[in-house]
Amino acid sequence: MAIIEIQNLRKTFRSGDVDVHALRGVNLLVEKGEFLAVVGKSGSGKSTLFHILGGLTPPTSGVVKIDGQSLTDLDEAGRTKLRRNSVGFVFQKYNLLPTLTIRDNIDIARDISGKTAPWDAAFLEVVELLGIAEKLDRKPRQLSGGEQQRVAIARAIVNQPAILLADEPTGNLDTENSDMVLDLLRHLNKRTGQTVLMITHDPEAAAFADRTVQMRDGELYSA
Amino acid sequence: MVYKLVYENLKHRPVRTLLSSLAIGLGVTMMLALVGVGEGMLEDQANRARGVGADLVVRAPGSSVVGMGSLSMNQGILEYVRSQKHVALATPIGVHSTGGVSSIMGINYEEFAAMGGGFRFREGGKFSAQNDVIIDDLYAREKKLKVGSFLNTMNRDWRVSGIFASGKLARVMIPLTVLQELASAKGKITMIYVKLDDPANTQAVIDAMKKDLPEYPIYAMDELIKQFSVNNLPELKAFIGVVVSLAVLFGFLVVFLAMYTAVLERTREIGILKALGAGPGYVLGILLRETVLLAIIGSLCGILMSYGTRWLISTFIPASMVQAIVYSWWPIASLITLAGAVLGVLYPALKAAKQDALDSLSYD
Repeated sequence: MAIIEIQNLRKTFRSGDVDVHALRGVNLLVEKGEFLAVVGKSGSGKSTLFHILGGLTPPTSGVVKIDGQSLTDLDEAGRTKLRRNSVGFVFQKYNLLPTLTIRDNIDIARDISGKTAPWDAAFLEVVELLGIAEKLDRKPRQLSGGEQQRVAIARAIVNQPAILLADEPTGNLDTENSDMVLDLLRHLNKRTGQTVLMITHDPEAAAFADRTVQMRDGELYSA
Repeated sequence: MVYKLVYENLKHRPVRTLLSSLAIGLGVTMMLALVGVGEGMLEDQANRARGVGADLVVRAPGSSVVGMGSLSMNQGILEYVRSQKHVALATPIGVHSTGGVSSIMGINYEEFAAMGGGFRFREGGKFSAQNDVIIDDLYAREKKLKVGSFLNTMNRDWRVSGIFASGKLARVMIPLTVLQELASAKGKITMIYVKLDDPANTQAVIDAMKKDLPEYPIYAMDELIKQFSVNNLPELKAFIGVVVSLAVLFGFLVVFLAMYTAVLERTREIGILKALGAGPGYVLGILLRETVLLAIIGSLCGILMSYGTRWLISTFIPASMVQAIVYSWWPIASLITLAGAVLGVLYPALKAAKQDALDSLSYD
């Protein structure tokens, strides 16, 4: 069963007086529980795809469905709801809130989605697995880059989203930490069945995924 | 969770929080100090009027209840007052303005002292020469005067012959005859204080005198003292209105600036919250709560600073000004400040709430 369904997706930006065609008819099916890597160079359109799937920007045309829900006609409120309930983000720059502790950075995602219950056993296990259980009361600045990215992963999956979107999750990390983060993403994917879509320019990172697709000039090709 | 974020945001920028709170607090202090000075000075005036020891006062026709008055009443009226039944003692007072709210008062020393149970001199004693003046201890402290010092007023150097405990109507007193001569107002007085054989007869005496002197304001002291209220001073009320408006503007500008900067500074953080699914209401709620908290801290600072202004006034100009702490104005000033602050945060908060998540996340 496809959890992500994309048909003839197009996105055109206006840059000054020029129309920029970032996506030129993308088609893609991602199965539930799949770990997919989208590989492409800078400017290939992979980030635009990430932003549309994450509900951060609307598509110009085409069909995009996540877990059966169409994104094409969603307004800003609808996209906000999508981000709250169906998508988890992991960004290259971690994007943790600097004033909050690690625990609170995770809890704020729950608060936004209206959940107040304490973390369940399954999530506590994930926290252990990510190796951040002992650092929950620290602030992000007290953690290494690798640790911060692991916190971002925890925050992204705390609400059990339909898909986890990771945009260059190892872009700011050294090889050792990159491998650790990618290993964890793969482990989570296998263990919890969490669908992961990872954007990367790095073929070595893409090798951790089940399947890789190439993005070039706004179009997708099978790797 | 939102409160924690708000608290951590305020804690994260302690200097900004402190400066914003102090600036918001200044508006509160402005209001509390002004209202406090108004109330304090009226209360002080009432206390000093009470200190005369009289039962009633006869003032010049057309004079204001709480104003200082001038040498406009014919002294001949004094004999009429003295002749009234139940009048035990009547003493004339002359008041001459020396600029602003300052005045010098002319008295018949023996009568005035007898009416109020005498002066309590801290230093020196009553007048012994034509250019002698007696002053109260607050005036002496403010002007750094001692017995034997000279005080220049009405184009004349006066020798301080005594310093008395404050609470006796005026701060600076000279013999009435000298005042009348200097003011070119011989035979003129400002008011007459009257002591009766029994205070229970006050109303009867007033009623009798009003029949003969219908145009003269005659007040029982209790009634007069009740008139010392801000409500009877439309100019002061209007001035308080101006200061309140300034305080609202002050709170508005401070919060506008502080929160506008905060929103710009936190563009990326707002983007993160939006990426996590926070809607405009959630973002708006964070900034509103932060503003309310700043306004509360600011109000507390303002209240504390109003004690500071009271200390400054009582230390450096105790005779010129008195500031009371008017507790009933604490919530009023705080709510006014809060209103200004909420107005100030509206634009930055709406700007933040409308911010595009993607643009915010790309912000460095």
